Amino acid sequence: MKPLFVAGALLAATVATAETPELVVYTYDSFVSEWGPGPAVKEAFEATCGCELKFVGAGDGAALLARIKLEGARSEADIVLGLDTNLTAAARDTGLFAPVAVEADYALPMAWQDDTFAPYDWGYFAFVHNADADAPANFRALGESDAKIVIQDPRSSTPGLGLLMWVKAAYGDEAPAIWDGLSDNIVTVTKGWSEAYGLFLEGEADMVLSYTTSPAYHLIAEEDDSKAAAVFDEGHYMQVEVAGKLAASDQTELADQFLQFMVSDAFQSIIPTTNWMYPAVMPAGGLPEGFAETLSADKSLLLPEGDAAALRDEALDEWLRALSQ
Amino acid sequence: MAARAQPVGGTGRAAHRAAAPRPDAPRPVAIWPGTCAALGVALLVLGTLAAVAMRAEGGSGFGPSEASALRFTLIQASLSAVFSVGLAIPVARALARRRFAGRRVLITLLGAPFILPVIVAILGLLAVFGRSGWISGALGAFGLDPLRIYGLHGVVIAHVFFNLPLATRLILQGWQEIPAERFRLAAQLNAGPGAMWHLLEAPMLRRILPGAMAVIFAICLSSFAVALTLGGGPKATTLELAIYQAFHFDFDLGRAAVLSTVQLGLTVVAAVLALRVPVGEGVGAGLDRAVVRWDATGRSATLLDVVWIGFATLFLMLPLLAVLVAGAPGLLSLPAPVWSAAWVSVQVAALSTGLLLLVALPLSASIALGRRQLGEIAGILGLAASPLVIGTGLFVLIYPVASPAHVALPVTALVNMVMALPFALRILVPRMQQVMQQNARLALALNMRGPAFWRRVIWPRCRAQIGFAAGLTAALSLGDLGVVALFADPETATLPLQVYRLMGAYRMEAAQAAALLLFILSMGAFWLLDRGGKFHAEA
Repeated sequence: MKPLFVAGALLAATVATAETPELVVYTYDSFVSEWGPGPAVKEAFEATCGCELKFVGAGDGAALLARIKLEGARSEADIVLGLDTNLTAAARDTGLFAPVAVEADYALPMAWQDDTFAPYDWGYFAFVHNADADAPANFRALGESDAKIVIQDPRSSTPGLGLLMWVKAAYGDEAPAIWDGLSDNIVTVTKGWSEAYGLFLEGEADMVLSYTTSPAYHLIAEEDDSKAAAVFDEGHYMQVEVAGKLAASDQTELADQFLQFMVSDAFQSIIPTTNWMYPAVMPAGGLPEGFAETLSADKSLLLPEGDAAALRDEALDEWLRALSQ
Repeated sequence: MAARAQPVGGTGRAAHRAAAPRPDAPRPVAIWPGTCAALGVALLVLGTLAAVAMRAEGGSGFGPSEASALRFTLIQASLSAVFSVGLAIPVARALARRRFAGRRVLITLLGAPFILPVIVAILGLLAVFGRSGWISGALGAFGLDPLRIYGLHGVVIAHVFFNLPLATRLILQGWQEIPAERFRLAAQLNAGPGAMWHLLEAPMLRRILPGAMAVIFAICLSSFAVALTLGGGPKATTLELAIYQAFHFDFDLGRAAVLSTVQLGLTVVAAVLALRVPVGEGVGAGLDRAVVRWDATGRSATLLDVVWIGFATLFLMLPLLAVLVAGAPGLLSLPAPVWSAAWVSVQVAALSTGLLLLVALPLSASIALGRRQLGEIAGILGLAASPLVIGTGLFVLIYPVASPAHVALPVTALVNMVMALPFALRILVPRMQQVMQQNARLALALNMRGPAFWRRVIWPRCRAQIGFAAGLTAALSLGDLGVVALFADPETATLPLQVYRLMGAYRMEAAQAAALLLFILSMGAFWLLDRGGKFHAEA
């Protein structure tokens, strides 16, 4: 029964490609979900491309990269969308990605120059708390306070790794001391963002590591203004999410077309209220009401991808040592 | 046969010799289908591991951080197994001795924690035991500090929450397999509670407990999200987290394979230790009469049982109540994709249950006929196998020949089946051994073999256990996130995956409602199949 099933599926796939070209985009799972940007992006792109856009979801950004590595040059993916600057160095090293030329007027706090990866959205990591509670103004104050926080494990979660980089970018060699200060504030560490945010909403902690844009979700989707993001005076680490084209793609032109579409108004205007991140290019209508102002360039922290990759293991060791005592 | 006089304890050597089949003895059913099933499962678990190892390029081995992960994993899994089984003994004894209105429903509901998606169970547990949970709230009303749940004790509490129901069911089944005639005879001989314990209950426990402990130890070995979250931080790093890190953080397949081998090795050691404990000879035959416990009518015995049943009910039901309370408001306004995912999950569960019966029935029959080692070890491997390793290994194997998304659902069903197999064997094997001991010789004398033996002897006598095993598999399969995340495309999301997606999209209320739907479906499937097995849990 199974060979027949597989053969049937392959046949169906062959028939589909014969009719319209198909562009396959690998991305993280929350992008393709019904509540993410995927469905609207698919509809908008298919209205212009005369093609079929197929999203394939694979866990989170790290799982996405692992999947591309597993599949190698045989991958049926044309585009990988959803890596961040903590992963781009490793992705580049695979040699699986082709140069791209995307023209855009980016609304990022810093100039973006990359011939392989084009950004589609970005955000700041931040601690989200209940708006009626006082929030500390920086990591030192947080460490001295008795505020309880939930964070994510950097070994299994993108925001968790972002926090490591945040502390490292803001404090460099003093990072271990900051972690020592924080260790008695940390209620627990979770596998992923969802668990941590769920614990926070259940009242298990005063603050949770998330994004500055998280309160906008509660405000816009739930008309609930009870959440706020603490602004830290040492600045906030950024997550820039990017897409790249695979060198082995059999739809090179369509892939280029998609990447250019990605920085167009049609795509970018979908991002804020589905992915709850800042659009990489400001849409004509601007940001929706309720989105926090972006920070100035000197408060926007981001390690270059090479530094991020080089510092990663050391930062993880410091984190493990401080929190394992 | 039932009329034949037997010693009360059923431990006579004569009974043993009569029951243990000689290697060349004729058998009522063939052994080879069970052997094939065992080999198939072992091939799947070890083959996927090998596939991952072959893809590794160099990679690092076992360092100090892996050693400390190993240490923590062993400590928490041992404690979790000891406490789960230790607490399950008095609870199961109380349930075996008492009859009360709602007992059946209670026994079914007690199984619920086991099948909840991990993230939902964690939120339910924390709603009760957390810093701002119900108990801490009550303590606060008296000016007391909130509970401190995070730490090794939190990990053990969570694992007991998950596994106490399973342990209770396995042990309860042991009690129910002691024929009513034994209790009657013991009572006629004026055996008090102490004597009853030594003569009937302790030998039964010696037979059941090692297997139950090994299974729970193996489940807890591969714990990750629960251990980390309740453990309060990286101190609570388990092997499974180290495997996850090897895949995700370092993309070091070699280390993932090494760690997974260690995890499998520990489980096999646990299984072998459990198997070395002499199984005894079963409890002999009875006429399936209702058990009357003359020894348990005293006031203190009654009180004790009430306390234990009350403890288990509160401990297991309060977090479930929290899940119910959180999910109920959104249940009627669930978004459409949740319903389609529910349908996908039901199909996966049905396929998984069918596969399970195909594998578990012949396997348990051949174990009952003396192929104990192979079957039990193959059975328990499924527990110790890291889902991530099985999933990745299957991915590596399937990718060259088919698109993973096309086989996502059958593969998920297959992996769910392998994970449920150890439980199914724990349920089926003791009864199957009993059936073989009591009926094999008579059936052979009547020249009844093969399909006829299955239909006329095994099926009517094992219906209850088959129903229980099928129900558990269906429920587990519905609730398990499994490997689908590695394989699924947007159209084939299962319900647990949809719960995670809703949470990932900030929709906590809808996620909790979807989790409640999942819980209702799981319990429904379990109830349906378990009840299909008639008199069971009533005995």
